[in-house]
Amino acid sequence: MKASTSRSTIKLEVTRYRPSVDSEPHDQSYEIPCTDDMVVLDALNYIKDRVDGTLSFRWSCHMGVCGSCGVMVNGQPKLSCAIFLRDYKREPIHIEPLTNFPIIRDLVTDITDFMTKLKAVKPWIIRKKEKPLSEGEYRQSAEELERYHQFSGCINCMLCYSACPVYGLHPGFLGPAAAALAYRYNLDSRDQGNDERQPAIASQEGIWECTFVGECTVVCPKDVDPAAALQRSKVATAQSLLGSFILPRASGKSATEGSS
Amino acid sequence: MRATWWLRNPRYFLFMVREFSSVFVAAFLVLFLLQIRGLRAGAEVYQEYLERLHEPGWIAFHAVAFLFAMYHSLTWFDLTSKIQVVRLGRTVVNRRIVAGLNILAWLVVSGGIFLYWTRG
Amino acid sequence: MDQIQHDIILVGGGAAGLRAAIAALEETPRLSVALVSKVYPMRSHTVSAEGGSAAVVRDYDSLELHARDTVKGSDFLADQDAVEAFVAEAPGEIVQIEHWGCPWSRDPDGRVSVRAFGGMSVKRTVYASDKTGFHMLHALFQTSLKYDQLTRDDEFFVTSLLGEDGACRGVVAWDIRGGRFICLVARTVILCTGGAGRIFPFTTNGAIKTGDGMALAYRAGVPLKDMEFVQYHPTGLPGTGILITEASRGEGGYLLNAKGDRFMSEYAPNKKELAARDVISRAIVDEMQAGRTFDGPYGNYVHLDLRHLGEAAINKKLPFVRELTRNYVGLDPVVDPIPVRPVVHYMMGGVHTDMSGSTPLSGLYAAGEVACVTINGANRLGSNSLTECLVFGARAGAAAARYAAEASQPRTESLLQLAAQEERRVREKFLERKGGKERIVDLREEMHRVMESGAGIYRNETDLKETCRVLRDLREKFDHLASIDKEQVFNTELTAVLELDFMIDVAETVAQSALRRHESRGSHARTDYKERDDSRHPNHFLVTHTPEGPRFDDLPVCITRFQPEKRSY
Repeated sequence: MKASTSRSTIKLEVTRYRPSVDSEPHDQSYEIPCTDDMVVLDALNYIKDRVDGTLSFRWSCHMGVCGSCGVMVNGQPKLSCAIFLRDYKREPIHIEPLTNFPIIRDLVTDITDFMTKLKAVKPWIIRKKEKPLSEGEYRQSAEELERYHQFSGCINCMLCYSACPVYGLHPGFLGPAAAALAYRYNLDSRDQGNDERQPAIASQEGIWECTFVGECTVVCPKDVDPAAALQRSKVATAQSLLGSFILPRASGKSATEGSS
Repeated sequence: MRATWWLRNPRYFLFMVREFSSVFVAAFLVLFLLQIRGLRAGAEVYQEYLERLHEPGWIAFHAVAFLFAMYHSLTWFDLTSKIQVVRLGRTVVNRRIVAGLNILAWLVVSGGIFLYWTRG
Repeated sequence: MDQIQHDIILVGGGAAGLRAAIAALEETPRLSVALVSKVYPMRSHTVSAEGGSAAVVRDYDSLELHARDTVKGSDFLADQDAVEAFVAEAPGEIVQIEHWGCPWSRDPDGRVSVRAFGGMSVKRTVYASDKTGFHMLHALFQTSLKYDQLTRDDEFFVTSLLGEDGACRGVVAWDIRGGRFICLVARTVILCTGGAGRIFPFTTNGAIKTGDGMALAYRAGVPLKDMEFVQYHPTGLPGTGILITEASRGEGGYLLNAKGDRFMSEYAPNKKELAARDVISRAIVDEMQAGRTFDGPYGNYVHLDLRHLGEAAINKKLPFVRELTRNYVGLDPVVDPIPVRPVVHYMMGGVHTDMSGSTPLSGLYAAGEVACVTINGANRLGSNSLTECLVFGARAGAAAARYAAEASQPRTESLLQLAAQEERRVREKFLERKGGKERIVDLREEMHRVMESGAGIYRNETDLKETCRVLRDLREKFDHLASIDKEQVFNTELTAVLELDFMIDVAETVAQSALRRHESRGSHARTDYKERDDSRHPNHFLVTHTPEGPRFDDLPVCITRFQPEKRSY
């Protein structure tokens, strides 16, 4: 609640890139007034409103849930609306677009690749036979909900892709968020689409590309733990592969969480 | 991405150390296989091999390999606890407890083997 | 300019837009549907809704009771035929989105759980923890991905509607990424662009909620309805305006003034903290005026106290509240009361539609917060809006699909000419203009200032007239804006100007409508007309754009079963 200031101005170095004028991205310095309760996004908005209207970045909710405003702050992927200037003691603070994505302009990156991959894993409930609406909801116990709930918290903010060196080195890799969402549906007691998702998940560029650096989980602002989702998907895939040798036709929800 | 990407972030660095530790684990295993081959070649060859192991270079190698093997094993237990969900009834067991118990079991088994080796 | 043709164009990809898209494709699978939005659909503001979605899903409840609560909540300004349709279809929509994977919180028997909410006489708000909007939006968005006939134009900013022969036949959009205009032609258009909270300084609404759809319709000659009714949510964090869900009170939280009293027992002896939002927001302002609130750097505030709920319940049912409070005010609701104050949250008014989402302009539909059917009247009940997005999104989508099947092929040549005119207008007026001296931020802040001072929680003639005057001045100043960024690609200064242009229109309809309503009803509280006036009302104001300024018409409220009576909680 305090609006008191430990410092009255702050220096920022922000990546600028305007395709019509710049051949490549470069840094621009700004010094702006600041208060202790300002988040990085507030600083960017101050610049846009009062210093340089040409600075472009995405944002909307300002409460860490719409997932628009991810940027690199001093080399770490962060939601700019959820990280305070006061937490950065050293100046200038470096603000760059999320790494591992093509830059469209300034801090705006191209996430088309993720949108394609998201669709590829079929992130929707797949049923062999739909239950008519007249028969009401699917019953789901608290335990069944808890199994996948963590993985349903992904806000598609792309911080995990930015943190993932595997994605940086092999952009074909399915990546943490898409894999976590695929796993979320596989774990859902209402879903029967495991087999349909498998081609995208267990392909050459699917989960097996992951080397378990684990940084996706470290940077995730919503504690989704995509690294766990990826590793458990590997276990589940290996188990079902093994299972199909030993017990052909046997598959089910029980195997997908890892052998617990 | 630059070839030095893994120097950018301490966690990336530790990841690379872990990957690199496999080299030493593998090298130790190769030596171990050579040792077995030496055993088959007769007592004399084997004795020579054992003596060579007393050279400072080899001792240094084994010390480093041991540290890397320890690092690899400890991180392995830590990582598996992130993957393996252990449930007791309705509650999920905290992964640190799972990792801790795994490490404890590993120490007990190692200790047992060590005792058997030294006394037996 | 490129021209692309579809059967249906949806503008806006939040809950209402996605639900409408799916409904249209379920109604007529061969349709080509385009979802056009200035942001990726999962960024839409539905994502910030927290508390839940209301529907009758328990035996102890009844459709009549839900309807009665909604009508009473609306201060008898809701159209009761619409309310009855709404409550009847709500349970089916909850089941539908459950089948689509929404992770509803569950009871021990596996059914979706319900919680208490303000103005609801029984527990009927189903919820997904306290991230209900987030989960609903992502379930809808991810489900929408399975429809191959649905194309998306992400990050396209619609600047105007296209019409011919008195019917809406598409939109002109600025492709933000591509930096070019596109003419999108269709047999029918559905607006699902959400509300306009950003016309106020202090709002729970995200940056994108700038009333675009309301202004688009208004400029196309479509009347807006009930624009004077702006909902203040009682509990926003001071400074940021971040929403602290009503579910905090639904789960048992108290509101305390500076003396530590649960002051709501004075204002709403029966329902206390679970009275309707307008009642509680006014009560907090009354407490401020009586000097019984706390002083802070961002004005006065009261306390929302959750401590007695205990850590386990807070973690289970209100984890997001805890996360937000810890992150943004550095307090933990498990041990600290949360500072809160009323904050602009929702527009009851919007584009005038009937129960199928159809507007007076043939071929144009609207659903969600942008629309005004109206089930919300003078005050919306918490947790009715997410359900409204589902019910009326589905209705509008299906109705538009039927309309598209009958409608003739648009005349592409003449529409392309209109689109070219629109492109010239935007380019000349904004992109290529040589500078005046007015800054965007100054005009926006001026609008904010007068909207809060004149059209806030308490209103009166003098202040409203002043607000209207300043808004007219702003319109003039707007023509003297300083030159803006000339870059074509991702020019967010251009979109900011276009949004401000829309917002000034919407703000004016709010203030003008408020000036004309000589009574206090629901969220519209006039200090110079303190009582509800049932002799001249209930009626809606329709406000229509004319070259001479806004024109007002009365529209009687539809009353079926619930006669206006004194409203107390």
